[in-house]
Amino acid sequence: MSILLNENSRVIVQGITGREGSFHCQQMQLMGTKVVGGVTPGRGGTEHNGVPVFDSVAEAVRQTGANATGIFVPPPFAADAIMEAAANGIALIACITEGIPIQDMIRVKDFLRVYPDARLLGPNCPGLLTPGVAKIGIIPQRFSMPGPVGIVARSGTLTYETMAALTSAGLGQSTIVGIGGDPVNGMSFVDVIQMFEQDPGTTHLAIIGEIGGSDEERGAELLARGSRLKSVAFISGRTAPEGKRMGHAGAIVSGNRGTARSKEEAFRQAGVAVAETTDQIVELLTKA
Amino acid sequence: MKLLEYQAKEVLASLGITIPPGRVARTTEEAAQAAAELGPVAVKAQVPVGGRGKAGGIKLANTPEEARQAAEQIIGMDIKGFKVPLVYCEGKLDIAREVYLGFTVDRDARANILMLSAKGGMEIEQVAEEDPHAIARLYPNPWRGPLAFELNQLVFESGLGEHARALVPVIQKLYRAIPQYDALTAEINPLVVTPEGAIVAGDAKIESDENASFRQRELEQRYEGILEGDPYEVEAKKRNLTYVSLDGYIGIIGNGAGLCMGTLDLVQRAGGKAANFCDIGGGARAEVVQNAMEVILMNPRVEGILVNIFGGITRGDEVARGLVTARDRVGLKLPLVVRLSGTNEEEGREILRQNGIEPGVNAWEAAQKIVGMTGGARQS
Repeated sequence: MSILLNENSRVIVQGITGREGSFHCQQMQLMGTKVVGGVTPGRGGTEHNGVPVFDSVAEAVRQTGANATGIFVPPPFAADAIMEAAANGIALIACITEGIPIQDMIRVKDFLRVYPDARLLGPNCPGLLTPGVAKIGIIPQRFSMPGPVGIVARSGTLTYETMAALTSAGLGQSTIVGIGGDPVNGMSFVDVIQMFEQDPGTTHLAIIGEIGGSDEERGAELLARGSRLKSVAFISGRTAPEGKRMGHAGAIVSGNRGTARSKEEAFRQAGVAVAETTDQIVELLTKA
Repeated sequence: MKLLEYQAKEVLASLGITIPPGRVARTTEEAAQAAAELGPVAVKAQVPVGGRGKAGGIKLANTPEEARQAAEQIIGMDIKGFKVPLVYCEGKLDIAREVYLGFTVDRDARANILMLSAKGGMEIEQVAEEDPHAIARLYPNPWRGPLAFELNQLVFESGLGEHARALVPVIQKLYRAIPQYDALTAEINPLVVTPEGAIVAGDAKIESDENASFRQRELEQRYEGILEGDPYEVEAKKRNLTYVSLDGYIGIIGNGAGLCMGTLDLVQRAGGKAANFCDIGGGARAEVVQNAMEVILMNPRVEGILVNIFGGITRGDEVARGLVTARDRVGLKLPLVVRLSGTNEEEGREILRQNGIEPGVNAWEAAQKIVGMTGGARQS
């Protein structure tokens, strides 16, 4: 079982003819993802990676019945691409693009209130992957294996590292979900944890957070109210100095807000084990 | 990009908000000249951090001679790691009342928040803690901005109703900093009400979103490079690297922001101190690694480098070849530890070994290894 992405997902790639979009579309197809088309304005009527290209999402949805999208368009156009997808009834939107202006995302968030059925992952995220079934985005499938562990993470590489460690320990994953490293993003830890909670195929949960904001704390509060999942949390950035943006636009400690300490403390209080290294995530998950 | 006070005030003026008369002075002579023109002035250090006054960066000068002396003391002084490049000489302001006005991004709400308080002059965080009801808040619609009646209501709510007629237009003008300059923060504290009832910006804080630099070129061109930033960060930016200077002695290179932060944590856990954060992103091509190594080696405190790469789509053997090439081109003599995992990791590690680089199997082991080769361990 899985969340968000399964064998019924019909996926389009926005920006399919771009370098990144094209390459990762192929990777998605190699894994068996049902990629039904792509969108690049001005390239409608052509074919790319063996699927039809459309001028707009509206056209793509009409012709293919797409219900999910991966967005690979450059930052100046990405916010519009998200809204285009939502306005045309796409239910799952994974925005991989990094570097979208924050004010653009604030407008997108407001826009999405009219489309409560549209779920947005990212931006600045690796997308999501249901092992053995499908992926949208850039998560390397070769380290994944079907199984009971859900992963939800802000960081891409730490996600890959964790799934690789789980897989080599014989622990498969239900779905791996990247929510992105930007301060204003789509689905939060809370949103994704709630979905894993409802998924009978998920029994364990790895939460990979980082400094900045208080999304991790909200996730911890949710778990503190009772959970059937065996969860482990890991927070990166405990040694990051205040006021410096550590790569991700969202990874910044301001004053005593958003520190690794407050996040770890929130998880501990919720009864969630806190790993100090990614290797420990596997150790702690297999313990009980 | 955090603007300096005088830059932020220029932006406010461009939005139609009144600022006190002021002059930028790069030399003592210019400071004296400013005082000759403006009369008594405050001579203020221009640095992008708070606490200037306490650090001795703000001095009052009644005469040109006093302004000259103040500038002499302030220009070039170090405030929280920033060398003061210039001072802003600002004329005196008659104050009847001080107000707080600011927009910022509320991450939890994923929206802009407007805050207004009759308690001006204090840090808003302090007001929020001591007297949260003293702050009136509004989440403006991000498509059309705040409407006049919303602001009118807000002004009355905050107990500033008597100034509503003057305040509402000022708030609307300040809001323009968001769509026009991609401001993440636009704050005036204190916003001064003069005895005549005019509204003047006593101070200004504006931070523009770096993600929006593709459409804020003018702002960047006008204001960047005035501050002498960290030399390594400046060089890294020229080379398109995501780099942050830290105060330790172990150079760090990683792919991915989270992984790189995690690497810093591991180094500290192993008893060492990282000299930097450097995320080279996916791919780890030779020239990118070379650029990263060159910037890291500019820092004379660096005693060794730890590279932590998880190859997802990129193959480990390619990464290893890139690393070896970069090391040879740079002529690296310091200890180098590489942790390489992911696709084709065995082939990658073999290439490293053949080229005299001992690969670490996991990140924790690699962190311990580099800590053992640097710092105190190296001297003993």
